[in-house]
Amino acid sequence: MSDLLQLKNVSKTFGEVAALRDVNFQVGTNEIVGLLGDNGAGKSTLVKIITGYHQPDAGGQIIWKGKKIEHLSVPLARDLGVEVVYQERALADQQTLWRNIFLGRELTNRWGLLDIKTMTRETRKLMSTVMGFTSSAVSPESTVGTFSGGERQGVAITRALYFEAELIILDEPTMGLSLSETKKCLDFVEGIKKAGKSCIFIDHNIFHVYPVVDRIVVLDRGTVAGQFMKNELTLDELIDRLYRVAQTGSLEQRDQASQ
Amino acid sequence: METHPMNSTAEAKSLSTTIKAKGISRLLRKWSLQIALTIVAILIWAFFLWRSPNTFNSYDIYNSLMLTTPFFALMAIPQTLVIIVKEIDLSFPSVMAWGVAAYELVYVATHNVWLGFFACLLAGLLAGFLNGLVVVKLGIPSLIATIGTQYLWRGVVMVTTNGQGKGMIEVKSTLLYPLLTGKVAGVIPMEFVWTIIIAAIAWFFLNRHKFGAHAYLTGDNPESARLMGVNVNRTKIIAFCLVGLVSAFAGFMVSESLLFFWPTMGDGYLLNTLASVFLGGTSVFGGVGTIYGTVLGAFVIAIINPGIVAAGWLAYWTQLIYGFIIVISVSLQALLRRRFV
Ligand SMILES: Nc1ncnc2c1ncn2[C@@H]1O[C@H](COP(=O)(O)OP(=O)(O)OP(=O)(O)O)[C@@H](O)[C@H]1O
Ligand SMILES: [Mg+2]
Repeated sequence: MSDLLQLKNVSKTFGEVAALRDVNFQVGTNEIVGLLGDNGAGKSTLVKIITGYHQPDAGGQIIWKGKKIEHLSVPLARDLGVEVVYQERALADQQTLWRNIFLGRELTNRWGLLDIKTMTRETRKLMSTVMGFTSSAVSPESTVGTFSGGERQGVAITRALYFEAELIILDEPTMGLSLSETKKCLDFVEGIKKAGKSCIFIDHNIFHVYPVVDRIVVLDRGTVAGQFMKNELTLDELIDRLYRVAQTGSLEQRDQASQ
Repeated sequence: METHPMNSTAEAKSLSTTIKAKGISRLLRKWSLQIALTIVAILIWAFFLWRSPNTFNSYDIYNSLMLTTPFFALMAIPQTLVIIVKEIDLSFPSVMAWGVAAYELVYVATHNVWLGFFACLLAGLLAGFLNGLVVVKLGIPSLIATIGTQYLWRGVVMVTTNGQGKGMIEVKSTLLYPLLTGKVAGVIPMEFVWTIIIAAIAWFFLNRHKFGAHAYLTGDNPESARLMGVNVNRTKIIAFCLVGLVSAFAGFMVSESLLFFWPTMGDGYLLNTLASVFLGGTSVFGGVGTIYGTVLGAFVIAIINPGIVAAGWLAYWTQLIYGFIIVISVSLQALLRRRFV
């Protein structure tokens, strides 16, 4: 599998806190990668480096389709085809639905004039086809601050989907969702696979992650503690190893010790 | 196959009317602040018309309103943008004077009024840019930063002018004079025309251009905006630049209408300007505000004083009534927001 995205020796420190240390990480074309790790392990930080929101510390490299990218920024990453459903959802509560769908990627003409008509029409279309908003109380002009948690999540996912990204990153998308909404979300990940796109899927619930991913990467306190293909081990073995990581900080060491 | 209940035309019709009714109520809700403010403005005007029909049926009062409103209405327009991006600019009264001081410096050196005028605009732009830079790059809250720059520019003006006023009679012979302070068809003052022009431009950029979309997003949730690739810093800097530019322009207008420049010019515009913006429904928490509201707010602020005088009350009632109107209207706004948003 050829690599769509590769991170080499990426570190990120915030003042005293080393959120990431020498991380090597890759995502293959049409690969679904599950990213696991404790609270504060650095998952969201890794995501924000891939999306150009954070710059890696000196020495780190970001390689997209074999080409090294200098100074990755959010607009550049989105142009390359990276879309994210952030853990914090990244919505603007007092703004309308259509403005949130097109947040940061407004449809404009050459002069920067907004194409409001198209954006509203597209939003209306997405509401019935993707978001499943059928209530007549919701329109493209509704402000998203009044939406439920599931609806807000729907908006964030729809947004990621709409721009036909090559790599879709989902940072704890099922957080706070009902059973049926969670199911929709997992179906969505499988849809990404079928569409030939790639995905990084972050979720604390291993039962969500395991069934839909191809490979699992475990982060622990800012470093990659281990990674393996899903077909290398069963769910029970995975759970067992995750406990070990939590205790020792590594998958490999204990593996060797026990051999 | 069972027929879908919606296939009945009667039901479909009733559905479409409910949707229409919903659409209208949504519009009402969306514009509730603007509608409420419009009604308040009309009521105030009608009240004065009823109290003193002679004054409020004559051209004179409207002429004077069109002359006095622009000076703070003009600055309230870009200030609305700054407050939408969740910042505030308190430095504009001195930037008004700083712009004219820059004009004087260039005019004395070149004896070219137009060159001086462009220097004035540039000086304003520069002052705004500096505000933006301090706020964005150093992360100093704009409330504090612009109190600082307010003193800074007033100080620069005082030093460059030695605190002395200066005549501007030279402007009278140039096209600038009728262009800024003339009258269209002998009836509508240019000050008013410029206010409408600048309001229209601001409205257009706020509602139809990417800049405006980004301004609302930046003020609403800067973190979300950044995560999704909005250049929050640039948006804020542009908003500050516009306040600087328009303030210098307004400062020039005030001075050349009097053909005299006072180094203390601009003092006294601060509260009227901010009151117009907040009366107009712009939220100090960012992300919400309209140009229409601001212009209407400026009208309400402007009409109260002459209205009270015309009604035969003593002018010192003005402050009390300002106070009432502002406190009541912002309270109503807060209630409306809590109910609908
Ligand atoms: N902007 C920031 N400034 C300072 N420290 C930060 C910042 N962002 C993250 N950190 C720190 O970096 C570490 C990793 O945080 P990160 O959000 O990446 O963890 P995570 O794996 O996503 O955790 P969770 O599962 O709770 O979302 C944490 O210790 C956090 O406090
Ligand atoms: Mg996280």
